[in-house]
Amino acid sequence: MLRFILRRLLLAIPVLLAVLTISFFLVRLAPGGPFMEERAYPEVVRQKLEQKYGLDKPIHEQYLNYLNRVVFHLDLGPSTRYIERSVGDVIVQGLPNSMILGASAYLIALVLGMGAGILAALRQNSSVDYGAMAVAVLGVSVPNFVLGPVLVIVLSLSLYLLPPARWGDLSHLILPALTLSALYTAYIARLTRSGLVEVLRSDYIRTARAKGLREGVILVRHALKGAVLPVVSYSGPALAFLLGGTIVVERLFLIPGLGNFFIEAANARDAFIVVGVTLVVATLLILFNLLVDILYAFIDPRIAYK
Amino acid sequence: MQQTTPTVATTESPAIVAGTSLWQDAWQRLLKNRLAVVSAVVLGFILIAVTVGPLLSPYTFDQTDAAAVYLPPSAAHWFGTDQLGRDLFVRTLIGGRISLTVGAIASLVSLVIGVTYGAVSGYLGGKVDEAMMRLVDILYSLPDIFLVIVLLAFFSRDIFVLFAMLGAISWLTMARIVRGQVLSIKNREFVEAARAIGVPTHQILLRHLVPNALGPVIVYTTLTIPSVMLTEAFLSFLGLGVQPPLSSWGTLVQEGVGAISVYPWHLLFPGAIMTITLFSLNFLGDGLRDALDPQSRKD
Repeated sequence: MLRFILRRLLLAIPVLLAVLTISFFLVRLAPGGPFMEERAYPEVVRQKLEQKYGLDKPIHEQYLNYLNRVVFHLDLGPSTRYIERSVGDVIVQGLPNSMILGASAYLIALVLGMGAGILAALRQNSSVDYGAMAVAVLGVSVPNFVLGPVLVIVLSLSLYLLPPARWGDLSHLILPALTLSALYTAYIARLTRSGLVEVLRSDYIRTARAKGLREGVILVRHALKGAVLPVVSYSGPALAFLLGGTIVVERLFLIPGLGNFFIEAANARDAFIVVGVTLVVATLLILFNLLVDILYAFIDPRIAYK
Repeated sequence: MQQTTPTVATTESPAIVAGTSLWQDAWQRLLKNRLAVVSAVVLGFILIAVTVGPLLSPYTFDQTDAAAVYLPPSAAHWFGTDQLGRDLFVRTLIGGRISLTVGAIASLVSLVIGVTYGAVSGYLGGKVDEAMMRLVDILYSLPDIFLVIVLLAFFSRDIFVLFAMLGAISWLTMARIVRGQVLSIKNREFVEAARAIGVPTHQILLRHLVPNALGPVIVYTTLTIPSVMLTEAFLSFLGLGVQPPLSSWGTLVQEGVGAISVYPWHLLFPGAIMTITLFSLNFLGDGLRDALDPQSRKD
């Protein structure tokens, strides 16, 4: 197991280097620059600014400087969009908000999705089952940027129950988290249902029934464990989509999260923020996928990593 | 994952005894899936509407009218008008054209790349396979949506770049599926026979291996289309995709969000049509999976 983790962490190094290199060159080779859009600086000022950020040097030199800075000093550089702040500052400010949003959305999805999935599987081919699964396909089909505004119209602008936007206390979290969770609730409901249906039909469940165990005990002790596996393995890819989803939801609800900063920075051609955020996201992605694989091995002892 | 309407296995029917091909059998199963059939009809209707609808309308998608700004839905403007007095019905149909085209073309790109890559990797096997699949693993862990945003924001918001890129980021799963299929059939007798009589490799791949992997490929393609359409809408929503006056469903929804409290129809009509389309595509995809691959049904 330890060797497996080490190997995966080692494999992460070339991936992260690739992410850094690809995004750096994409950003720096693109026409235009951070001081050429929108604000028209006098030529002298622009040159001075580029000098300050080291953007006047040849591209390979910039790349090596940046690489050296990131790898050996763990410094993601300055921001050109948010003057006088470093990329690290921006990430420290934005990442917690995005994490809170993402984590609450995934938690909602787990509870609602698994609940619906279990209910549907226990009442297989009933109207409850069909209803739940139709709602689940709907959940996969409604884009979150449609769902969010609709929720705002209904819950904020008509019923005045929740604030329509901004960020601060718990009431601000509910709408965005619900919006973001819809897709995952739907997927998890479907995964739980099909997993549980299959498990409930297996021999060891029949044995448990033959022993005279109560249905409740069978479900909790024996069946759920098997049914949860597909949900666990879905959590890895789900995180990747969750990161994309937070961008939209953050923009919809004006949340000062990483996604919002990223879009702002991309539009302002702030190379350092764009590369820095992409790197952070890639790192998170790798770590969570590793975590999912480890969790998988704990739940299912048949899986052994070499 | 599974589907709602149970399709009864047709093994007892006399037609099976007479021998039905896989495709006939699947077709029968698909027809029995009411939701899938309804979805197909709805999709057909939407396809016709977005193709001929704009031609029949008295308005064009970029025709502004200062006297008709933000009109509510009426007989003259079925979906109302937008902030520049453009007819929203026509804009929604044009948006549908773009969204569906993006979905189709990007899925085609991902189909070609994914099938080729997966088939070659699976058939050649050994070190080549190992290296090719390792590359797929690495690409999987790239935050692709972030890279796409960077590309669109920094280089070009050209719609063809969008097509190509969406296709280029969605072929990975297809490659894995095809590779798995090819691995499971490449050592069967008919492939060995083909090899023995000297059929060249590319023909073995094209004539023997790929056709036998077609079922899962069709299913996965049907499910790729809605997911690509969602990604396109997502990018257009962020202002990085289709640029006005041309519209996609994502662009229209984004414009609608700005006017949400006063003119909710601007958001609701395009949003609803897009949702119905995605809904139908997902149902049809699920139905096709159940029909083509009865073993994947887990109920």
